[in-house]
Amino acid sequence: MNIRNSKYKNLFLVSYLDLKESIRSKWFLIYSIVFGGLIALFFIAGVTESQVMGFSGLSRLLLMYIQITIVILPIFILITTVRSISNDRDSHILEYMLSFPISLKEYYWGKLLGRFITVYLPVLFAMIIAVVYGVTKGATVPWELFFLYIGLLFAMSSSFLGISFLISSFVKSSEVALGLAFFIWIFLLSFIDIALISLMLSQRVSSELIIFISLINPMEIFRVSAISLFDPQLTVMGPVAFYILDIFSQKVFVLLSILYPTLLGLGLAFLGNRIFQKKDLV
Amino acid sequence: MIEIKNVTKRFDKTISLNNITIDFNIGESIALMGANGAGKTTLIRAILGYYHLDSGSIFVNSLNPIKDRVEVLKHISFVPQLPPPIKLNIGELLDYVSISSDISIDLIREYANELKLDIDSNLKKSFFKLSGGMKQKLLIAISLAKQSDIIIYDEPTANLDPKAREDFYRLLEKSSNNKIMLFVTHRLEEVSSLVNREVYMDLGNVISDKKI
Repeated sequence: MNIRNSKYKNLFLVSYLDLKESIRSKWFLIYSIVFGGLIALFFIAGVTESQVMGFSGLSRLLLMYIQITIVILPIFILITTVRSISNDRDSHILEYMLSFPISLKEYYWGKLLGRFITVYLPVLFAMIIAVVYGVTKGATVPWELFFLYIGLLFAMSSSFLGISFLISSFVKSSEVALGLAFFIWIFLLSFIDIALISLMLSQRVSSELIIFISLINPMEIFRVSAISLFDPQLTVMGPVAFYILDIFSQKVFVLLSILYPTLLGLGLAFLGNRIFQKKDLV
Repeated sequence: MIEIKNVTKRFDKTISLNNITIDFNIGESIALMGANGAGKTTLIRAILGYYHLDSGSIFVNSLNPIKDRVEVLKHISFVPQLPPPIKLNIGELLDYVSISSDISIDLIREYANELKLDIDSNLKKSFFKLSGGMKQKLLIAISLAKQSDIIIYDEPTANLDPKAREDFYRLLEKSSNNKIMLFVTHRLEEVSSLVNREVYMDLGNVISDKKI
């Protein structure tokens, strides 16, 4: 790979080396096995041959994959990336690596780019494997669904990577970073269902506010959007669907569910970059 | 030239650098000494632009190490006290330093050979899996190959055996012309033949500064 002549040589250099380092690490192996294994498990279990709630074949498999991904992808991203900068700071790697003429911006975005590729590629490959295997088995490929899921996974990866890098930029100890990441995951996960139900039951908050809270949660918007691809009227969600589809058409909602988490992730990553530049480095 | 003017750096309530004013000039080889917690490492980290100062200013060749960090760091070679546990392999680390700083890998290899470190047979090994002495030798070879005007060594010989120390000082003597060399050390006798200035720090203050 010749990056010496590029204007962004240091950015590519940092991301390329981070990518190589990540690919060699044990967490990446486990991460890839989990997502690849999920797909393999679905095939072994005969998900493509089953018919549940009217969905069958690859559509059924992708639906199941997405439902599981909602829960495990965020925590995987958070755990594996939240320490990327704080760990380097902790172990004095930052002190040495940043004694070379690389701008903080190049280092930060280079790391982020490397980590993004690391976390996104295995989930993407798992979907590609599913499609290729499905085709060999004679299944019809739901291309529209496939590409929309790629977009949704991209958006969710972006938002949680942004959260991770924001935490990593201001937390001094990697243990605290890990704890904070875990708390955020639990918090957002609880606001998919349990916390919202309790808010609703307490009847102190208006329904509109509850729906707003749920839709600013990148996990929830991902989930609703994924469901809407199968069930455009969101009938499985009950009356809440009226609120959502009253405000947006289904297409606008899907677009929003890709754009919003991506922009949220970018915004948080920019904030992290700003903090990284304004704080003491070691 | 490094100009440090009225620099104060606090960590919470602890004052690590207390209104320090000192200059380091080309041709000077300085032994920076003092007890643990005297502020030596804080001072060199501030020169490297790692800290935002509470007050005062630092200029390296008239440039601000934070605002102009890339330009400043082109002129500085640094070896930390303890080699960090970098997970890159040697080949990747060499790529990192050569691409970011335009350092010739052949020159690094040359200096490494002088220090009796065989780089080529270890290219695929992770840096953190090397022995302490090998890590230190590699960082020293990189620092010398960078051919900077300013060399900062924080206890560079801590992991080196006597023969390697000898090689290291011999190499330094050869390349010490027209540079600022700043050694953070507890063992003056080791660098006494190299230095022409001794600076003592205590509790964030410079308490003695003499040319020899």
